[in-house]
Amino acid sequence: MTEDVIIVENLTKIFNRNLVAVDHISFNVKRGEIFGLLGPNGAGKTTTINMLTTILKPTEGRAFILGYDVVKHASIVRRLIGIVPQEYTADEDLTGYENIILCGDLYGIPRDISKKRAIELLELMELMRFKDKKVETYSGGMRRRLELACGLINRPKVLFLDEPTLGLDVQTRSAIWNYIKRLKEEYNMTILMTTHYMEEADSLCDRIAIIDYGKIVITGTPQELKNSIGSDIMEVIIKEGDDVTNILKDIDYVKEVRRRNDRSYIVRLGNGEVAAPLIIDHLRQKGYHVIKLSISKPTLDEVFLTYTGRAMRDSEEARETIMSQRITLRRARR
Amino acid sequence: MTLKPYDGVKLKAMLQGFWGLTGRELKKWMKEPIILFMAIVQPIMWMVLFGKSMNIAGIFSPAILDEINIPDIRIPGSLLNPQIDGVITIPNYVIVENLRSTLSAISLKAMESVFGVSDYFSYLAIGMISMITIFTSTFSGMSIVWDRRLGFLYKVLSTPVPRSAIILSKVFNAAVRSIFQSTIILGLAIFLGIRFSSTFSLLNLLAVYLAIFLFSTGLSSLFLAFALRSTRHETQMAIVNLFTMPLMFTSNAFFPTKIMPNWLQGIASINPVSYITDALRQLTIYQTNYLTLLMDFVYLTAFAATLSTVGIILSWKYLTK
Repeated sequence: MTEDVIIVENLTKIFNRNLVAVDHISFNVKRGEIFGLLGPNGAGKTTTINMLTTILKPTEGRAFILGYDVVKHASIVRRLIGIVPQEYTADEDLTGYENIILCGDLYGIPRDISKKRAIELLELMELMRFKDKKVETYSGGMRRRLELACGLINRPKVLFLDEPTLGLDVQTRSAIWNYIKRLKEEYNMTILMTTHYMEEADSLCDRIAIIDYGKIVITGTPQELKNSIGSDIMEVIIKEGDDVTNILKDIDYVKEVRRRNDRSYIVRLGNGEVAAPLIIDHLRQKGYHVIKLSISKPTLDEVFLTYTGRAMRDSEEARETIMSQRITLRRARR
Repeated sequence: MTLKPYDGVKLKAMLQGFWGLTGRELKKWMKEPIILFMAIVQPIMWMVLFGKSMNIAGIFSPAILDEINIPDIRIPGSLLNPQIDGVITIPNYVIVENLRSTLSAISLKAMESVFGVSDYFSYLAIGMISMITIFTSTFSGMSIVWDRRLGFLYKVLSTPVPRSAIILSKVFNAAVRSIFQSTIILGLAIFLGIRFSSTFSLLNLLAVYLAIFLFSTGLSSLFLAFALRSTRHETQMAIVNLFTMPLMFTSNAFFPTKIMPNWLQGIASINPVSYITDALRQLTIYQTNYLTLLMDFVYLTAFAATLSTVGIILSWKYLTK
């Protein structure tokens, strides 16, 4: 059964009357899906999450989680969702176990149930060994796993992950990805996550919305998005030094040719595998010899570049965001 | 999709959130005994050093008579009775003896009429219980700033726990801390020779704790309200520093209001510190005047109820990300 668990209609947030953080965005997330909001820092991803999780009130527009309005039924929504924020929110002076139990208390879960669940979650996140250690001794990856555990104590139907691997090293990052995949399978949750890592969105998300300057630029599966820019990148190196740009341009599928140096050309084209033999044949007919040819598939980086006209950039952000990110990064690197 | 009306906020769930948060605060507090120590150092210094050195009763000490050369008094006998010839001499030791007992009586009377007790140490020691309660309560706002800075507040706000429970857990924590620290101060005061009145009893001690609880509830609600939107602990420090000293000195914590100038008396008569301090003294070192005590408690109850209500209402609106 597919149904829309998250419905967002024209959601808008304007700070201080003129700073438009989120600009009339709309999207739906289906049950059991991992949906990614992909965009650079300051694009409005966290603001979107904050509105969906009832922490911020939208300036305009509406959003529904499992049919409940995030403004009118805020306290019901809070019960149904779990949040793993960008920052580390655990209390450093308490142990990991105490932190999870406290989360349970905040949801009003009876202690005997939350104790059982805490152990289960600590095991799932492989934190049992550190359960009675103060959180201030935890590494970045352990903290992130603890945040995941806290976010799951109320068995949420919908989980919000805000930059789940911010500041973590590559290994820890892929470990976290595995936990997220396992969560989705074990609890059949709907997950909405934000990220500014392309490869994270690519490997985890069923569908992605690219968001930039508060607007959704395009939505689709990673594959759809890559297909939509309709081109593979091919590098062709020929033996001869003549300019063959015009010959290449006349071949089917070819969209754009750029001569990199005397003998090397960068070709953007649709369906590189089919076009490759054609290119070799055409050049041979004109008396040129291909000595090397490589095809690379488009990445989400290129999708982003194509749709926004820019590479992912770091933009200026509010002092508070920078401050909280700095704290997060500092703790993550311990 | 079918929309089911959700069971509203359950009181039990709310209480659990409140206890969870309170437990957290108390755990953090108990894990850092150094903070407790730092907090009570200042009132103890005042009590021990100032309270013992400021020996006001000593000003009227009869010992000064030994330093003055008091002559005999000679009166011509005819002044008293025309029939007496010659001079009547009253020897100086008789005069000194009389003055000695008079001075003692004046000293006692002056102390009792101004301070209500015969020694300043007892008077100040109780004032220091108010002081530690002020310190602990005003600093409660700091914890909300830290929770905000360290991200903890974000998590709490994203859960269904009522905003009022967040505030009330901190208020309650401040009150519990105040009571605990006051007990230490009181214990030390007993060790250093505080003189309880004859009306003091164990029941009075419970009332002492109730007074501290009410005062701390009101004051910490006020300072938590100041801190609801704050992201800078420097601002909170400034607010705390700005308020504590004037609060202390415009009250009867150090000196009785009746020897203050009128304008200062006016301020003192609305300063809640005066009411808690008076209530504490009525219960411990004074012969309890039940009418005054009742007035003190009415004031403190109104103070606590008003400010905690204001704090809760403001938290609904302003305690956000």
